[in-house]
Amino acid sequence: MLNDEAKMLKRVPLFAGLSPAKLKLLAFTSERVMYRAGEVLFHQGDPGDAAYVILSGRAAILADTEKGPIQVAEVDDNAIVGEIAILCGATRSASVQATTAVEALRIGKDEFLKLLTDFPEMTVEVVRVLAERLTRTTAELTEARSRIRAAGVPV
Amino acid sequence: MEPNLSRYIWRYTSRQQIFILIIVALSMVPYFMSFNLPKQIVNGPIQGVGFETADATQVFMRLSIDLPLLGQVLLFPGIPLERLGMLFALSGVFLALVIVNGLFKFYINTYKGRLGERLLRRIRFELIDRILRFPPAAFKRMKGAEVASMVKDEVEPMGGFAGDAFVTPALLGGQAATALAFIFVQSVPLGFLTAIIVAVQALLIPRLRRRLLILGRERQLTARQLAGRVSEIVDGIHTIRAYDTSNYERAEIASRLGRIFKIRYDIYQWKFMVKFINNFLASVTPFLFYSVGGWLALNGKLDVGQLVAVIAAYKDLPGPLKELIDWDQARQDVQVKYATVVGQFAVEPMIDPAVQVLSTDDTGAQFTPPLATQSLGVTDDGGAAVLERVSLSFAPGETVALVGNGASGADVLAEALARVTWPTQGRVVAGEVDVATLPDAVLGRTLTYVAADSYLLPGTILDNLLYGLKHAPLRPPEYEGAGIEQRQWEISEARRAGNPDHDPTGDWIDYAAAGVPGPEGMHRAVMDALEIAGLTKDALDLALRSVVDPALYGDLAPRIVDLRQALRETLIERDLDGLVVPFEPLAYNPEATVLENLLFGTATGPALQPDAIGQNPWFRQVLAEQGLTDALTTLGQGIATTAIELFGDLPPDHPVFQQLTAITSADLPAFQALLTRLESAGVAAATEADRQTLIRLSFDYIEPRLRFGLLDAGLTERIVAFRRAFHEGLPPALSDAIELYQPDRFIASASLLDNMLFGRITQKYRDGAERIYQTVGALLPSMGLLDRVLGIGLDFQVGTAGRRLSLVQRQRLTLARAVLRRSAYFVFNRPLSALDPRGQDLTTRAVLQHLAARDPAPAVVWVLANAALAPLFDRIVVFDKGHVAQDGTHATLLEKGGIFKELTSA
Repeated sequence: MLNDEAKMLKRVPLFAGLSPAKLKLLAFTSERVMYRAGEVLFHQGDPGDAAYVILSGRAAILADTEKGPIQVAEVDDNAIVGEIAILCGATRSASVQATTAVEALRIGKDEFLKLLTDFPEMTVEVVRVLAERLTRTTAELTEARSRIRAAGVPV
Repeated sequence: MEPNLSRYIWRYTSRQQIFILIIVALSMVPYFMSFNLPKQIVNGPIQGVGFETADATQVFMRLSIDLPLLGQVLLFPGIPLERLGMLFALSGVFLALVIVNGLFKFYINTYKGRLGERLLRRIRFELIDRILRFPPAAFKRMKGAEVASMVKDEVEPMGGFAGDAFVTPALLGGQAATALAFIFVQSVPLGFLTAIIVAVQALLIPRLRRRLLILGRERQLTARQLAGRVSEIVDGIHTIRAYDTSNYERAEIASRLGRIFKIRYDIYQWKFMVKFINNFLASVTPFLFYSVGGWLALNGKLDVGQLVAVIAAYKDLPGPLKELIDWDQARQDVQVKYATVVGQFAVEPMIDPAVQVLSTDDTGAQFTPPLATQSLGVTDDGGAAVLERVSLSFAPGETVALVGNGASGADVLAEALARVTWPTQGRVVAGEVDVATLPDAVLGRTLTYVAADSYLLPGTILDNLLYGLKHAPLRPPEYEGAGIEQRQWEISEARRAGNPDHDPTGDWIDYAAAGVPGPEGMHRAVMDALEIAGLTKDALDLALRSVVDPALYGDLAPRIVDLRQALRETLIERDLDGLVVPFEPLAYNPEATVLENLLFGTATGPALQPDAIGQNPWFRQVLAEQGLTDALTTLGQGIATTAIELFGDLPPDHPVFQQLTAITSADLPAFQALLTRLESAGVAAATEADRQTLIRLSFDYIEPRLRFGLLDAGLTERIVAFRRAFHEGLPPALSDAIELYQPDRFIASASLLDNMLFGRITQKYRDGAERIYQTVGALLPSMGLLDRVLGIGLDFQVGTAGRRLSLVQRQRLTLARAVLRRSAYFVFNRPLSALDPRGQDLTTRAVLQHLAARDPAPAVVWVLANAALAPLFDRIVVFDKGHVAQDGTHATLLEKGGIFKELTSA
């Protein structure tokens, strides 16, 4: 139900800072979808039109290679996949396939962006999360660089 | 057509005109007799002339005639009558004369009306017949609405006039001449005077009216253009709205209406001025009689008695004269109208009627292959040569691809082969015969032409498919009883108006032209054509979505019901059973609305529609008995509360409101106020109106869609219990208002698919509906139902110009219509331009394969939108700038390189 879905969304870092009412609205504008084991949520190369929050079940993230798709990771409850797609219009960089029965919330790109424009406080919250990620990534990058430099390789 | 209306009318109705003239002359006898009678009644029985004594009698109805040689012959000796008897006898004769006069009038008017209507029918038919024979170029400048307004409105007054065209002038002219002659008899000078005035009137008034005629013509033209403009607005409505030009259109229409007003007002002014002058001239004559006649009398050149007689005779002259002038006005008016219409329809070069003559014979032998062009050239409206000196020959059975870029001329060649475009130089021949002279009955059956924008007629898909086979009435319908009489009347009336009497309700379908022996084979041929054109799935989808009347389709309903079980099993087999939640009498269906679960049926009458059911006494009674009144109010309250919580601060145009069908953003404040009232008093104390509003809100709730978490097991159980109670005691008055869901019964108010599923497709799976369609499509053939269900899809109405279908479906349908025909030549002019490349590829292959399998295989000339498909053909002709650039097999063209290689590599 919406309340449960809102609680699940709360555990997704990108939405963690949103108020309960907004989480509920986000849940409502999303679509609750089910996949059986083996069904594909989206294919690599598809236009990215939605993010998926896994409510139950497990899904494999697959990358196409010359030798066929190989699994690069597995996700389960509360994981969000394809979230970059709803912020910018990139194509899918990997495929996602259900390994067990999967129940997920499909957050459509258009609906999500509409919510962001209607509620600036939501935007601020999402930007804050993204900025934190960026800070962390930058910090990791700096650390990696200094480690490489310490090893005497010119950067 | 005859440019002069009077001559046209005379040509077709001379016999009737003479007949009616005789009848009119006969009708004058009782008419003049009735004039004299009142005087006889007043003088005789009333004033007592001839009845001076109390028992005096007079002879009534003594009839005798004076004949030369024989002297007086007594026909009827008469009856002696007393004064009172005479009064009643004469009054009776008066009444009889009135009735006879009335009957004459009745007969004459009906006769003239019928004559006029027949003539109108003839003119209209002739005009439409001409449209059917216009050269192709004429249609580029023609506006349908203007032509329609000419055929419909502008010729209408001609029917009314036809009856009066000769009778009126003869009658009125006779009357006027008699009056004039009488004046001459009394006094020659006054006779001349009168004749001069009449001549002035007769010459001057029509001259003054000439301006009126010009204005009348303008009025006709502007009204016709208005009709054209209105239809342009309708056709262009999307462009007008998209570019915000509606106000430009308003301004244009307003100024046009202003112009029409001015013309019409001018007409009024002139009309009444002419009337004034006419009246004045009519009154000048008595003035002259009094003054000139008086002067003559005073001078002793005319005696007073004569003058009085002249003046009395003149009394009878102005009436007929005025009417005669009015008639002349009407004549000129319709003549002008007629002349402009005929002028519009005199388009040259008109197709010879012999070309379109109806033929029921097999005309295939009259066509001598090969179809070829001889230095063919076509110049477009702008004067540019789009095709120059093209000489090609297409052998029977050969498949030829015409390729080239947009303006290569390949499409024009295809049009020229089908006579859609007429050559400016050279010719298209069949053997040695110019196809321009070939009857339609030959070329229209030997050659099948399909273009990207081929027309679909309003009607069903099946009507459109069979349209290409309706060349002639091959089997007239059988009539019985009154039908035979009706048909005979239709035939004789059609002939009298010069119309053809073919029966459009007969069977026009030429089964041989579709390669089948008779009606029974047609179904298979239609299905094959659908399959080849790639329309089968569309037809199936249309059928599954349609609501059908089971009475029209025989035993279809029970067989669909039988299908339910098989479908359920197939879904389980394919592990798809989770996609459908079936309706079960004892279980709540979470994918259906609360109201649907309450009723377990579809409301078919007004009483149980969602907005009315809350007021239904039986519904309310059961609701209260089952303790659901408060429960549903609480459910509604829950929905309203959550809705306000979720959407309270959303902008009104937010798309989520579309997901809530029962609440719009405008309703939110009202619901807010309602909830506040409820909070203070509690649900039990809610007012009736508030309760109704909330219960109405609860009706549309579907838990899996909205996920508000408001339905618990207790509530759903009570809703299921409600069903039984509601159905068991259903008052007879409501039995027609609802159709119950019964696992073994067809639901007439639900779509075919709903009837097969007998349940709801869940929202949970994204492509659930599509998989169900696939499963049903796969199951139908094994149940032997595919053709029947497709038949329902074929009964779909395509709308005006097929607009209820998508462009792709329209192109596929025109293609299916073509491949249904067994002709020796097929000319395809980019018929699949709206399809994606994959669809073009599949369909082109399917069509070629199907045609190649025929015996003998027809020749195919195909203008390809996509040069990549050229290898499928025996021969490829490459066009460039109106010339044939290359001609050969795929292999030779590849070897040579050049334009073809460029086209295919692009």
